[in-house]
Amino acid sequence: MIKKTTERMYLFIIFLFLYLPIVVLMILSFNNSKSKVQWGGFTLGWYRKLFDNAALMEAFGTTIVISLASALIATMLGTMAALGIDAMKKRSQTVMLGATNIPLLNADIVTGISMMLLFVRFTRLGMGTVLIAHITFNIPYVILNVLPKLKQSSHTAYEAALDLGATPLYAFRKIVWPQILPGILSGFLMAMTMSLDDFSVTYFTKGAGINTLSTMIYTEMRKGIRPEMYALSTLLFLIALALLLFMNFGPASQKEQQH
Amino acid sequence: MRNLKRQLLAGPYILWMAGFILLPVIMILYYAFTTTGGSFTLLNVSSIAFSVHIKALLLSLKLALMCTLICLILSYPLAMILNNMKSKSQGFIVFIFILPMWMNFMLRILAWRMLLSNNGVINSFLRTLGFPGLEILNTPAAVVFCMVYDFLPFMILPIYNSMARIQNDIIEAAKDLGAGNITIFLKIIVPLTMSGVVSGIIMVFVPALTSFAISDLLGGGKVLLIGNVIEQAFMQEYNWNLGSGLSFVLMIFVIASMALMNSWGDENNTGVW
Repeated sequence: MIKKTTERMYLFIIFLFLYLPIVVLMILSFNNSKSKVQWGGFTLGWYRKLFDNAALMEAFGTTIVISLASALIATMLGTMAALGIDAMKKRSQTVMLGATNIPLLNADIVTGISMMLLFVRFTRLGMGTVLIAHITFNIPYVILNVLPKLKQSSHTAYEAALDLGATPLYAFRKIVWPQILPGILSGFLMAMTMSLDDFSVTYFTKGAGINTLSTMIYTEMRKGIRPEMYALSTLLFLIALALLLFMNFGPASQKEQQH
Repeated sequence: MRNLKRQLLAGPYILWMAGFILLPVIMILYYAFTTTGGSFTLLNVSSIAFSVHIKALLLSLKLALMCTLICLILSYPLAMILNNMKSKSQGFIVFIFILPMWMNFMLRILAWRMLLSNNGVINSFLRTLGFPGLEILNTPAAVVFCMVYDFLPFMILPIYNSMARIQNDIIEAAKDLGAGNITIFLKIIVPLTMSGVVSGIIMVFVPALTSFAISDLLGGGKVLLIGNVIEQAFMQEYNWNLGSGLSFVLMIFVIASMALMNSWGDENNTGVW
């Protein structure tokens, strides 16, 4: 009994630690006062101000475009790569998987700087370079989500289809594709989330002209905190919540991947 | 033949990685070992020994170790409690503990800056209760605090995953053979979760060691980590050679710490993903 109570208490404290900041941000986003403590009545004014802030809205648009595009391209390249790696011999597979892990384990700051050093040699920094950088760190997440699905999928069914006269493409579409689709979807969503959340790599590869939300908030925060930021946090948290609920409990839900 | 054709599908990926992972690292090496004029030098790398740089590196190591240790101490019991819950809602509860990880990294920093500020919520609360305020904003303590908040899920997940994988039969068998709870914990649970712990430590230690945004925004310019030194070399002093030299040293530290940790863990590490 005591053990159970202690356990509950512990869970509750960690829960509080994780959610207190988010809840306070949410409450303050509706606070009709600039104070961080006093409640000045309910308002939606900060949300209006947020939507009127052209620079922030533009950064929001850029973020969405980059994360969607980078996740899409990374999913294509990553799925193809997973199919290729799956067909390789054991030793080449180990080498490929080792190489795939490098960007996952490398420090963000080093990834960002190294790509910046390369990009400035050939082109100007901007949307294109950020996109390439995001695709690069996104591909591994796709491969690591698709490859296990390929390993589980039955090779014999595919062979059987070929023996029965199916073209390789037809057999792939009817047999392999449905089996790996959940992996592709969760790889896509994970890539998108990584891209949405990235700061360091974007910071070094973006150049002067463009901003994503992360780099925008960073610049703004160095000047001070404005209440529109609370409104923005609230909205982004709700978006993340919706996305993650969809990922975990939606159609693409695959227990062993997330947990 | 068909097999070879399928292997070719990995071609674009291999080219992409060669162009955007390998080549950039070569660029860092090139800048790290040359002067602005392009002749060979070891000065950029050896400048880590300058007192400002070595101080920043040592502080980074110290804060990253503290952060990792706190995360480990908080996560291990948490993972055990989560794992022992037999309810159907277990999946949902785990979900709750990883959800904050998906809120924008910058906004999590923003939240703590607001909470910890001298006239912020935490201090007002403490003062109303008659306690002295907690003036830790712009100190290393605030940086560690926020790092723990940011990276905690990276520790919880692999440990929880490795724990969930332990088969109940093993524990039952140990019980049948007369093992007590402490023996079961030390002889079964700890060794079998070691791989998760190792992944967790890597996943927390590396970003904590190399971060620069958290110390910049919560340290008030007074907490200089190696990440900040590198960032300033690139973005403020435009000294790319020095910045690359220091990045090279940082890379060595990251690789060394991972090699060290992996030598403790076993082959099949339990990843977060």
